[in-house]
Amino acid sequence: MEWNWEFTWEIMPRMLVATGNTLIAAGLGYSIAIVLGLFLALAQRTPISLLTLIVREFVEFIRSTPLVLQIFFVYYVGPQYGIDLSPWVAGMIAIGLHYSAYLSEVYRGGIESVPVGQWEACRSLSLSTSDTYFRIIIPQALPPSVAGMGNYLVGIFKDTPMLSVIGVAELMHAANAIGGQHYRYLEPYTIVGVIFLLISLPSAGVIRVFETWVRRKLGMI
Amino acid sequence: MEDLSQYPLELPESDKPMVRFQNVTKRYGALTVLDDLNLDIAEGEMVSIIGPSGSGKTTVLRMLMLERIQGGVIYVDGKPLTHMQQRGRLVQASEKYLRQAREPVGMCFQHFNLFPHMTALQNCMEGPVQVLGMSKKNARERSEELLELVGLIDKKDQHPSRLSGGQQQRVAIARALAMRPKVLLLDEVTSALDPEVIGEVTEVIKGLVSAHNLTIMMVTHQMGFAREISDRVCFFFGGKIEEQGAPADLFDNPQRERTQQFLSAVKSAD
Repeated sequence: MEWNWEFTWEIMPRMLVATGNTLIAAGLGYSIAIVLGLFLALAQRTPISLLTLIVREFVEFIRSTPLVLQIFFVYYVGPQYGIDLSPWVAGMIAIGLHYSAYLSEVYRGGIESVPVGQWEACRSLSLSTSDTYFRIIIPQALPPSVAGMGNYLVGIFKDTPMLSVIGVAELMHAANAIGGQHYRYLEPYTIVGVIFLLISLPSAGVIRVFETWVRRKLGMI
Repeated sequence: MEDLSQYPLELPESDKPMVRFQNVTKRYGALTVLDDLNLDIAEGEMVSIIGPSGSGKTTVLRMLMLERIQGGVIYVDGKPLTHMQQRGRLVQASEKYLRQAREPVGMCFQHFNLFPHMTALQNCMEGPVQVLGMSKKNARERSEELLELVGLIDKKDQHPSRLSGGQQQRVAIARALAMRPKVLLLDEVTSALDPEVIGEVTEVIKGLVSAHNLTIMMVTHQMGFAREISDRVCFFFGGKIEEQGAPADLFDNPQRERTQQFLSAVKSAD
């Protein structure tokens, strides 16, 4: 079977639209994960030991089971309890939840890297707990977390093809559909690979630049 | 459980020091760091706390600011700090009460602990704006005055990483003063500094002592400095006050053997 350029150009618009969907899925899922992950990290630091325990176990559970199972679970088990979700909503919940567990660990490490003297300074000024976290500790926890956060951004991007199993129209889903219609899989799958490569490869560099930018923005270099 | 009914709910006007430690005990697990401490500090008094490491001297300050105690009551300005009133009785203070009760107490640390992501000015404004609810404009004015006082107004827009240790400590003093504390705690504020910049920090502290009616508790290893500016010096040993008195008496004519040993050891190290 030979590479067919004509076919390649013919399917390209559809692939690019699907790329847009992949980016949206990764972006939305990551946004959910970034916010939820912070709450999971903070919940593990509350003095309420029951909450800490539940969240801790939840994070462990999410991290120890496959993402694809979680996607299936949210999409197919939900309706049996009357929770009917569209593929997009179910997919975003599943992937957002999954990555929030990983990001919470990144945040935890970042928060723990802030020197204890910073907490003491907050106390000496009588800052409230929320001011202490959101104005003093988290901004300082950010730079050491950026690298880990970046890794999981690439991770969530590469995991979006799993959403094709419940019919989210991202890249993998489009490639499968095109392949099925034309009985040609070489071109669509190759394009998927190239697009993922083109986006993933420069991201490590971009993340490093961003990390430096964050440190400079915070006046820490 | 300790019987708290022996402690007054508030100190009467006739007997109201700025800070009172009454039968205060602090333990870390099985280790007793402070043992039944009784200490009064008058308004406007400058008290230095000296002693060998492990004597509990830093703990005295930390109990006013950072840590809970296992016995006794601490009063600040006549009101209990470690405890609060509930139905006419003293009970352990809640976190919320503690935060409020500590507002009149400011602290400076050995390692400055400035917020690295904020400029000198922002460091000073943080407490007044977030805790005291001051307008940004007023907080800025107050902070600029204080940075002027510590001689760093030209560095107000610099982040701590751009400042020397001595400059950082002076900003930290300004930050603490911005809360208008009644009591200022200085915890070995010159210990982490290079010898050539210690002077700039001690000058600022001297200025505070003479110009403001501020009550200061200072833990220090600098005997000369303690002698020069203190109204009273407390020598701690083994979690207790071994000896205290006016600087001239304590340094020139120590009564207790341990004080004599400590002072001669410090002298020979100099």
